[in-house]
Amino acid sequence: MTHATTSIEASPPPPAARRRFSAARGAGWALLVAWSALGLGLALLLAQGYDAEMYARYLPRVLSGVWVTMQLVVLSVVLGAIISIPIAAGRLARPGLGATLAFGYSYFFRGTPLLAQTFLVYYGVGQFSDFFRAIGLWWFFREAFFCAVLTFSLNTAAYQAEILAGAIRSVPNGQWQAADSLGLRRSVTLLKVILPQALITSLRPYGNEVVLMIKGSAIAAVITVFDLMGQTRYAFSKTYDMQVYLWAAILYLVMVEVLRRVWDVLELRLTRHLKRASD
Amino acid sequence: MDLFQHLAWGDAGWGDEIAAGTLVTITLALATLPFGLVLGFLIALAKNSHEPALRAAANVYTTIFRGLPELLTLFLIYYGGQIALSRLSMALFGEPIEVNGFVAGMFALALVFSSYASEVFLSAFRGIPAGQYEGSQALGMSRFATMRLVIAPQLIRLALPGLSNLWLILLKDTALVSVIGLNDILRNTSVAVGNTKEPFFFFLVACMIYLVLSMISSIGIGRVSAWAERGQGGRA
Repeated sequence: MTHATTSIEASPPPPAARRRFSAARGAGWALLVAWSALGLGLALLLAQGYDAEMYARYLPRVLSGVWVTMQLVVLSVVLGAIISIPIAAGRLARPGLGATLAFGYSYFFRGTPLLAQTFLVYYGVGQFSDFFRAIGLWWFFREAFFCAVLTFSLNTAAYQAEILAGAIRSVPNGQWQAADSLGLRRSVTLLKVILPQALITSLRPYGNEVVLMIKGSAIAAVITVFDLMGQTRYAFSKTYDMQVYLWAAILYLVMVEVLRRVWDVLELRLTRHLKRASD
Repeated sequence: MDLFQHLAWGDAGWGDEIAAGTLVTITLALATLPFGLVLGFLIALAKNSHEPALRAAANVYTTIFRGLPELLTLFLIYYGGQIALSRLSMALFGEPIEVNGFVAGMFALALVFSSYASEVFLSAFRGIPAGQYEGSQALGMSRFATMRLVIAPQLIRLALPGLSNLWLILLKDTALVSVIGLNDILRNTSVAVGNTKEPFFFFLVACMIYLVLSMISSIGIGRVSAWAERGQGGRA
């Protein structure tokens, strides 16, 4: 019988062949250079087109538009969250009138364009102005801003209800049963056991929904609300200068990126108890 | 006057105009889809690459087009494209050219669609185990053949739910082109409203058309997903 008498010394793996150049690397750098060129070109455009008078006249207006956009988004998201609670309850309910109504609501608001909904509320309500005057609500529907807030709230409520209902469904059934066997009331179970777990899973979708709302709020400009987009369109109609659209693009990107970063930090903080020490 | 008489065909009502608008909406969405899909797939490939430069370039793209409001992207393309192309054409041919609203809309929607689609494709890529690549390599398949015969068929199945969502969003986003004057559903109903002073009725009709379009889409998506799942067994 033959057998090896000496063991072969373990040797380190051969060094990975370093490819100095690959098609992917070339393409990557070419694209990065293209992006930088585009960024530089736009910066140059802004620098070249600098016009003190135009900046003095329109920049404050555009910045005030940012404030209106923030108001629109915050109001809509908060009101939408409130409206979404009964709808989420309907989406979770056993088949019946409530479930059907909630499904219909959700289907309508998620299946039609926000712009069409905005037109429906803003122009459609105007048709019944006599009725709203009679019940004393005309001051509300007369204002484009309030109509936008109403439409956006109704719209985001449909999406938020789906997020909430989905998150509650994602909590395992055993959590309900365990709370039941401890003799907790259903309301206590929901508030103290289910919702804290559900809201953690829904953090990311909620963040996305706020981002979508910031972007969607630009639609308010079409019904004469002077939000960031509205002020930008106004300034463009006066100056025919593309710069103002670049300002708006930068401001929207900053808003969205800041929100995303803040949300990431928030999520990290709220889920810190789920992190293992070794991670 | 009965409200539904407004929807009559021909000169008496607005039925034919709204139908024509519906056709424009569908054409725009269908024309955008292939560009958005191909672009999104390429960006997902870039994001999935080992090459940091390529990933960074792709991330810049998605950060921009997922962060900008769709309406603003549309305006940037429509007005910015108009100014840039006019200057170019003045310099080359000595006469300005007109940017077509349909093309501008298609371009803007494809940018937005592709940046979201790249995320869908990327997570689908992550859902394919490394063993699939290693297995193909062991069989001596080229990288292109691996992609075409092994990865892509699985990728389609994994990406389909996300892409269906994006299609429904695209269908709704087409409404924005009405703002730059393209005669889609919403624009034509707005014209009808201007003439008949029946905003509630007409905008409700517009909403219903969008709902019907998304219902039809859902049926189509169901067929496609049955086709994509055909190798999975069960659910037949």
